Amino acid sequence: MGRGKTIARRSFLIGSAAILGGVAFGTYLVKRDPENPLLADAVAGDAVFNPWVRINASGITLVTPHTDLGQGATAMQAMLIAEELDVELEQITTTPGVPSAAYYNTALAAEAVPFRSNDDGFSATAMRGTMGAVMKVLGAQVTGGSTAVPDSFDKLRLAGAVARETLKAAAAAETGIDAAQLTTARGAVVLPDGARMDYTTLAARAAQIEPVTNVSLRDPSQWRLIGKPVQRLDIIAKSTGTQIYGIDIWMEGMVHASVRSNPRKGAPMTGFDAARTEGMRGVQKIVGLPYGVAVIADNTWRAFRALEEIDIDWDIAPYPAEQADHWVEVAASFTKERLDREWRHDGDVDAALEGADVITAEYRAPYVAHQPLEPLSAVVKVGATRVDIWAAHQLPRFVQQRVAKRLDMDTEQIHLHNQFAGGSFGHRLEFDNIDVAVDVAHEVPDTPVKLTFRREEDFAQDYNRQIGMARGRGAHADGKVTVLDLDIATVSASRSQSRRLGAPMPGPDTQIPAGAWNMRYAIPDLRVRAYAVPELAPTSSWRSVGASTAGFFAEGFLDELIHAAGADPMEERLRLVNDDDARRVLEAVAEMSNWGSALGPNQGRGVALVTSFGVPTAEVVEVTATDAGIKVDRVWVAAEVGRVVDPVTFENVVAGGVIWGLGHAMNSEITYSDGMAEQDNYHMAEGMRLHQCPVIEVRGLENSDTVRGVGEPPVPPAAPALANAIFAATGTRLREMPFFNTVDFV
Amino acid sequence: MKLTVNGTEHEIDVEEDMPLLWVLRDELGITGVKYGCGIAQCGACTVHVDGVAVRACQLAVGDLSGEVTTIEGLGTPETLHAVQEAWVAHQVAQCGYCQSGQIMQAASFLDLNAAPSDDQIDAAMSGNLCRCGTYPRIRAAIKTAAAKLQEV
Ligand code: FES
Ligand code: FES
Repeated sequence: MGRGKTIARRSFLIGSAAILGGVAFGTYLVKRDPENPLLADAVAGDAVFNPWVRINASGITLVTPHTDLGQGATAMQAMLIAEELDVELEQITTTPGVPSAAYYNTALAAEAVPFRSNDDGFSATAMRGTMGAVMKVLGAQVTGGSTAVPDSFDKLRLAGAVARETLKAAAAAETGIDAAQLTTARGAVVLPDGARMDYTTLAARAAQIEPVTNVSLRDPSQWRLIGKPVQRLDIIAKSTGTQIYGIDIWMEGMVHASVRSNPRKGAPMTGFDAARTEGMRGVQKIVGLPYGVAVIADNTWRAFRALEEIDIDWDIAPYPAEQADHWVEVAASFTKERLDREWRHDGDVDAALEGADVITAEYRAPYVAHQPLEPLSAVVKVGATRVDIWAAHQLPRFVQQRVAKRLDMDTEQIHLHNQFAGGSFGHRLEFDNIDVAVDVAHEVPDTPVKLTFRREEDFAQDYNRQIGMARGRGAHADGKVTVLDLDIATVSASRSQSRRLGAPMPGPDTQIPAGAWNMRYAIPDLRVRAYAVPELAPTSSWRSVGASTAGFFAEGFLDELIHAAGADPMEERLRLVNDDDARRVLEAVAEMSNWGSALGPNQGRGVALVTSFGVPTAEVVEVTATDAGIKVDRVWVAAEVGRVVDPVTFENVVAGGVIWGLGHAMNSEITYSDGMAEQDNYHMAEGMRLHQCPVIEVRGLENSDTVRGVGEPPVPPAAPALANAIFAATGTRLREMPFFNTVDFV
Repeated sequence: MKLTVNGTEHEIDVEEDMPLLWVLRDELGITGVKYGCGIAQCGACTVHVDGVAVRACQLAVGDLSGEVTTIEGLGTPETLHAVQEAWVAHQVAQCGYCQSGQIMQAASFLDLNAAPSDDQIDAAMSGNLCRCGTYPRIRAAIKTAAAKLQEV
């Protein structure tokens, strides 16, 4: 279906039912929709058009509920509303709003169902619809899974259009001029004679009329903002130290706290001796907790220092104490009993391998930490009937529900003031900072407590990326790859996470084979099976989740087969590719990198194609093997996203995703010893630093009808493309991350 | 104890060994300076002492000799420093948490080396971690700022 048709159909839906994804659009003279959170504090003269737009005499406020983790979500959401509302970005203010079911994520469900994202068959579509309904019931306001753009793209433009048309109707009522003769520009309705009626002055009137819901979305050729380079709303603040993050919150009477929880994650604290903190300056209270000990002081550093003076006894880890035993468990998981699902079987792999010259290989991916640069923190004030929380979180509604349960209060009594985050990468999907801050604040009622994790504590308490292995078997004939059989065994980060959310995940875990089973290749005999390793150390979603491991396994092993067949890695992938979007991203990086052109001595190029979160992404990496080690020279990346909403941020985030993927593949792992993560600060797990950063060229392709987000998809191809480049340059095949255990990097 | 920050003198009563970082953040409420690692591994806490970049998490306030400049004293949203102008022009920030430190490091570095080579930029900036991966834009912004600073 072409894009024009899609939009026409959607505007019809809006016109007839005034509903999109279950959200009613319209003005709210009375509390007609309890789901619109803006009504709670609306006063006379406020035009609260829908959950995203509030206009009154003093200004225009747009609600941008997707948490800004650095991916530019706030600016992107504002841009979509402003496009249809006809306001300039400097005319508006934004707010993350309050947690609400109205902001449930309609797009996240698409990745949670066991169908390939390019599978538009009836059952796949129906199933995604079901999951969407579930998300709505749960009121899952989620920022994650690269869904901020797809969730927002139609919904927020419609929110803007409804507000605009209603304002025009208000102007028509006021002037007696037919609405069809009115236009809008720069925050005003423009009359035929050119006179302007500002939205802010029309708001009171607009609040009193019936909503105009018969709107259609503008043709892309008319867009002023979408797809154009604009200045990010937060760029001045973030270049002048004036952006306030959760960790910067300050308020009258606030005390500072820090915590040490059992570094053997999940195990209790069994006893402590705080005698040496006696008389330490500024220390106000030592708080024993089931899982650790916290200090309340008048200054963060004094809390940190007192923590070091406390002797604490810890229970043993509920998982193997030594790293080697984690690997033993993973290696033992390729069994019938642990088969999570056979995800794909084209042809007949067993028959094809029978008697063939079988190539085998084993791949490994370690635990890796999230560690955004802003450490975990939260400010919490617990009162008798009200709790306030200031923190950045990707699951604001869950925070409310969780804290309500913890304190035996009503969800409505819990107020989360979501903050800008100093990065997340999946870290702010977890609740440790919230739980601890609530427990500590509970000890000093009516006092705001700022809890700050020491970096060492943040490392110790991180829920890392899943650990896993893959075993590949394959064969080639006549210079072509003919058989690929990939068994993948990882722990299930999704199950680990959903258990902690109190919503155990039914069915097989789509993330274990993500990026592998959905490979857009037609290999005659192709099988991908996923095995679930029972929970070891707890794990969680790490930027790109399953595809960060399975994508590496699949594209690394495929490269081995291609080389064994004597084929060119790019040409053979182009021959195998079975989907136009995927073909185009491969062709793009081939052209950008001038694939096939002569290389200098000791240089090599590698390519990888991985589809995650519905975005086929191809990368070419070029390296030089120097005497001092491997130098990563250049990377070319192309991703099919349907529509690049904000090109400036797009380029930045895609390049950042490449750097994230490369840096961790090269330099980072978390290993356990004595039940504790051995790496406790950035010198032991630093990802990439500037001196290792290659030159990166980014291209966004816009052929698909579906608009998709790009926070995660650039990550998975980076590791295999680098490994494949290093093989091309040196003949060394890297099958285990991090690569620095095998080769040196300059 | 007295200290001067961004041209303003402050009287503080703290332990000599309290790192300057926490004096600034928790005693004086100057939050542009960030805590990232506490062990000189990330650069988020970078400030200037008499114009030279130092890691505020490593400098005990009792050992401080000189005037402190934080990002708030380098330039303001209304009057940006040339390095900040370049950071805005290149739209460097993603989450932005590292950027105060990046900018303070770059400003001090350009003060000492007005026309740096690529290798010198890499060497000078590699102590400043950016988990979001804004390095390509940091490099570009430093070049823009260097050119601008040479004009004046
Ligand atoms: S906080 Fe000072 S270098 Fe990281
Ligand atoms: S912009 Fe996020 S850490 Fe640098």
